[in-house]
Amino acid sequence: MGGPVDGVGAPLGEQKGMTQVSETAQQAAEVVGQPPQQPPRGAMRLLRDVGALLVRQREATVFVVVVLLIIYFGFISSAGRTAFFTKVDLINLSQVASQIIIIALGEVLLLICGEIDLSVGFIYQLAPFIMYFLIVDYHVPGLLAILIALLSGVVIGWVNGFLTVALGLPSFIATLGTGFVITGIVLTTSHARQVDIPPQVQGFGAWIGRDAWAEIIWAVILTVIFHILLTRTRWGLHTVATGGNQLGAREAGVSVARIKYGNFMLTGLLGALVGLQVAFQTSIIDPTAGGYQPMFYAVAAAVIGGTAVIGGSGTIIGAFLGGIMLAVLTIGFFVIGISANPLPIVFGGAILIAMIANVQLTRLRERGRA
Amino acid sequence: MTDPQHQDAAMPPSADGDVLRVEHISKRYGAVTALVDVNMHLQRGEVLGLIGDNGAGKSTLLKILCGFQPPTSGWIILEGQEVTLKSVDHARSLGIDAVYQDLALVNQLSVYHNMFLNREPVRWPLLNNRTMRKLAREHLDDMGVRIPSVDAQVAKLSGGQRQAIAVARSVYSDAKILLLDEPLAAMGVKEGAIILDLVGRLKRESKVSIIIIAHNYGQILEVCDRVNLLQGGRITLDKLSSQTSAQELTDMVVAEYRKALEERQRAEGELSA
Repeated sequence: MGGPVDGVGAPLGEQKGMTQVSETAQQAAEVVGQPPQQPPRGAMRLLRDVGALLVRQREATVFVVVVLLIIYFGFISSAGRTAFFTKVDLINLSQVASQIIIIALGEVLLLICGEIDLSVGFIYQLAPFIMYFLIVDYHVPGLLAILIALLSGVVIGWVNGFLTVALGLPSFIATLGTGFVITGIVLTTSHARQVDIPPQVQGFGAWIGRDAWAEIIWAVILTVIFHILLTRTRWGLHTVATGGNQLGAREAGVSVARIKYGNFMLTGLLGALVGLQVAFQTSIIDPTAGGYQPMFYAVAAAVIGGTAVIGGSGTIIGAFLGGIMLAVLTIGFFVIGISANPLPIVFGGAILIAMIANVQLTRLRERGRA
Repeated sequence: MTDPQHQDAAMPPSADGDVLRVEHISKRYGAVTALVDVNMHLQRGEVLGLIGDNGAGKSTLLKILCGFQPPTSGWIILEGQEVTLKSVDHARSLGIDAVYQDLALVNQLSVYHNMFLNREPVRWPLLNNRTMRKLAREHLDDMGVRIPSVDAQVAKLSGGQRQAIAVARSVYSDAKILLLDEPLAAMGVKEGAIILDLVGRLKRESKVSIIIIAHNYGQILEVCDRVNLLQGGRITLDKLSSQTSAQELTDMVVAEYRKALEERQRAEGELSA
């Protein structure tokens, strides 16, 4: 536990110079024993580098927090019971995490280009019902029904894009509206009743979400794809440009509208995918699944991972780690037997701390360059 | 005012050397007249200072030249051909590019990504960052723009460096005519020097023809071959920089202001009488 704390402290000590008298006699002896100009020894340099990395790389900070939380829940709070590391817990953890992460991938792109999608949890709600009705009422083949269900997410994403880009509504309002409409459609058509997964698609269910590790595998693969999309392709560059300086991007000929439409559609697709995954995982299509919660968790993961809500910057890896962090907290509290009731306090605290750290570290970085 | 001092003008009758000619341009917004019968020309490789006080019509003329809005009447002749600029994109495709300080840059992106924004070399499906870095570095070196690294985030650079990158980007995109809007506004002397050096270098290399729009003319005069003074929507002076001075320009602007003030006082006097 002491390591990272020293790591953060080290660069400050280094800056003041090796000649400064340290607090403990042992450290003082080491310092005196060295000529002042000599570079710091291995361990010290490592600590300093780690400290610098934590300041520079947002993802590294979140990573350290995740590791500390795992250590806490795995070893300390369960006092040697290691309940946290049972297979069941890890599966639960991976499933909670992957739902957050997959939706967060879309939200990160949207937040970077200056928009948000509040309706994604309702797309999640709708998609399995579309699959169900296509199969049961219209006798559409299973695989086609799944593809159309995914496509429904893309279509709703397009509608969100249309409302935002073509009609000029703030996406916060536009997607608030579409979310309500979708949930109304789901409740009306399903008569607010749960239904079972039709047998025709059970065969696909395993690799979509029923298999214990299916969801986290999807989450990891999609994270890699979206990370490359954001950092190494024109799409990602133009997404950053759109959120960073919309007028400037447009001046340079970037199709800001296309970027926004596309990111809404990608987010819708991911929402539909998660909806199907959860339906297969639980073997039930629930008209009250989804809602605002998946969206809030995803946005929280994105923000904890360092995505700025004002647009222009954000990272996929950060959102992935943010998703893991929220899942570790959720499962951790469950495992150590504390009531889930205070969990939102911890989540709220985590988001606030992440935002405060984001703002303060940005200041620190800027001061470092100046 | 009704008699523009065109008799002083150094305007040559031959249009051969002119990359851009503006003839009898007027612009009215409803009852407000922003430009009155403006004639202007820009020679190939020339740096023209378009100077005027706030409200003189500089911005209106700039908007017309960069294709943002059409004139009410008059013609724009680009390299001997009359053109109708339909949009900013259209004007840019014809080689007329306006640089509004550093406003078109994306602060969160690196220098090289800004240089190549929307023209990125791609090795599908990925960006070819290596090529972008190399070309950006070469091009900026060519133009004498000094920055710590092309990998630097634009937000980390100074105002002068940022604007130099914006200019370099336009030159790199084969702009023939650069319109620089208030390039020295809100810039210190040292920062301004970066831009003046860059303009001077472009002038020597005759890569582009430049119109600098400014209301503060002290430093501008140094790099301009010629200046046009815009007052009340008319061009009231067209002289080579060597034949005028900041003092003369100031005197003309102040004289106009005094005259307007007197007219208003007289009008108010008549009204109250």
